[in-house]
Amino acid sequence: MADIIAVLYGRVLNLRADEPKWPDRDRFILSKGHAGAGVYAALAERGFFDVERLQGHYANGSVFSGHVSHKSIPGVELSTGSLGHGLGVACGMAYAAELAGRQHRIFVVLSDGECDEGSNWEAIHFAGHHRLGRLLAIVDYNKIQSLKATESTLGLEPFAEKWRSFRWDVTEVDGHDHAALANALEAERPTTSAPLCVLAHTTKGKGISFMENSVLWHYRTARGTELDAALEELERAI
Amino acid sequence: MRNAFLRGLLQHAASDPKIILLTGDLGFGVLDEFERTLPRQYLNAGVAEQNMTAVATGLALEGHTVFTYSIGNFPTLRCLEQLRNDTFYHEANVKIVSVGGGFSYGQLGMSHHATEDLSIMRALPGVTVCAPGSAYETSCLLDAIVAMRGPAYLRLERSAPGFADQSPPECEFGKARMLRDGSACTLIASGGVLAEVIAAADCLAALGTPCRVLSMHTLKPLDREAIAAAAAETCAICTIEENTVNGGLGGAVAETCLELATRPRRFLRLGIRDAYTSVVGDQAYLRRVTGIDRDGIVASVTDLLR
Repeated sequence: MADIIAVLYGRVLNLRADEPKWPDRDRFILSKGHAGAGVYAALAERGFFDVERLQGHYANGSVFSGHVSHKSIPGVELSTGSLGHGLGVACGMAYAAELAGRQHRIFVVLSDGECDEGSNWEAIHFAGHHRLGRLLAIVDYNKIQSLKATESTLGLEPFAEKWRSFRWDVTEVDGHDHAALANALEAERPTTSAPLCVLAHTTKGKGISFMENSVLWHYRTARGTELDAALEELERAI
Repeated sequence: MRNAFLRGLLQHAASDPKIILLTGDLGFGVLDEFERTLPRQYLNAGVAEQNMTAVATGLALEGHTVFTYSIGNFPTLRCLEQLRNDTFYHEANVKIVSVGGGFSYGQLGMSHHATEDLSIMRALPGVTVCAPGSAYETSCLLDAIVAMRGPAYLRLERSAPGFADQSPPECEFGKARMLRDGSACTLIASGGVLAEVIAAADCLAALGTPCRVLSMHTLKPLDREAIAAAAAETCAICTIEENTVNGGLGGAVAETCLELATRPRRFLRLGIRDAYTSVVGDQAYLRRVTGIDRDGIVASVTDLLR
């Protein structure tokens, strides 16, 4: 997930930090709103606001909620949290871009577990039918959802085929390979083509040995020695 | 009401290309003219109200004024969380229109009875709630919600009301309309049941019980002054709504009276009593069995004042 956000904000998204509502900006919606911390960090790094403000995350009286929020935070297009909301709103944004003849694109990041929500399939159906070629959905496909593996909860496979049968194009990439992600997201596509789904195969907790593929770290916050160990592993990898 | 709404919307949309009408695959025959006249401003979102509402929000966040159109509970309860989290929290310029408030589709069964929507929509922050009682009020409120930015809910009924309504008195957004005056009791109504209330008031006047009639066509924001005046100047208040009595018009009036310390001497809420209606029938029949038709209102008000 962090790699996807890094590639989007580091390279792909056409944004102006000093003009967050610039009409021709790319739109980015984090439909898996629980990963809001990553978006806040990316926005701060891109200069939308002072990095110091990140200290307010989760704090009493702060606007930096755990689930991403747009109120008083420049650069956030849409507040999310309850799953299955982002893609439908993105469809409306893409449809508006089509009506206005604008060239910007609309990117949405979804979780795999989130694809259990029927509202996503309403949106997928809509976007495929209307050939919303400006719309790109990236699924953080780490194969783990809230309690257990996706395949033992509500199996998504054949996942790519499902999207294709709803008239989307699908690209599958290693979601930790920055070059592959950028390649998939930056590919030139006509605006009237099918929308694009990028299935990003990821490992939950990638890069930190004791967090990888562990559902515990969906809930747990690293503190003290755990935080030190995690940071050390990440530093070593860079 | 439906026709007044569609006539008015077509006029507004013809002069404002930013207005878009989304339907949830309903409106057989009645949306044809709009689609034919303004095809770029019309979209059938299919049988997918959650997505229709999300798409409407996305369009509104990009600068459009979007109307979502469906019947019964489909544009409200079916997609309630999209309304709350997407439309209302983002103050998106989306106007939700339900044709078929109350028992408009009475014969179709409980799934098509919109009998809690006023209470539920009223509870949510960030949305204006309107339930006009006539075609005239529908036109006025449509003009008002087009002129204001932000979310609004317009609850309509299919059929024409049973009385010829026109200005004066003028219909002003957020202000109760006084259609009859009398000191015995104030009858406050929201929605198409207003026709029954007018008929009841005329019967009561003939029986020597002159009543004030207020059309509370805007349920949120509520005209608290008109309620306070009714409590102070008339002997009783009776609210009438084709909606559950829990938290709708009656609840709103009761809350207001207590908060303003202008408690009416007698008070009665008429509406649906904490139950789903499992029998079917046309709107007139279901109003009668619910006690919100003319005769039911006359009987209840007579009892209240006894």
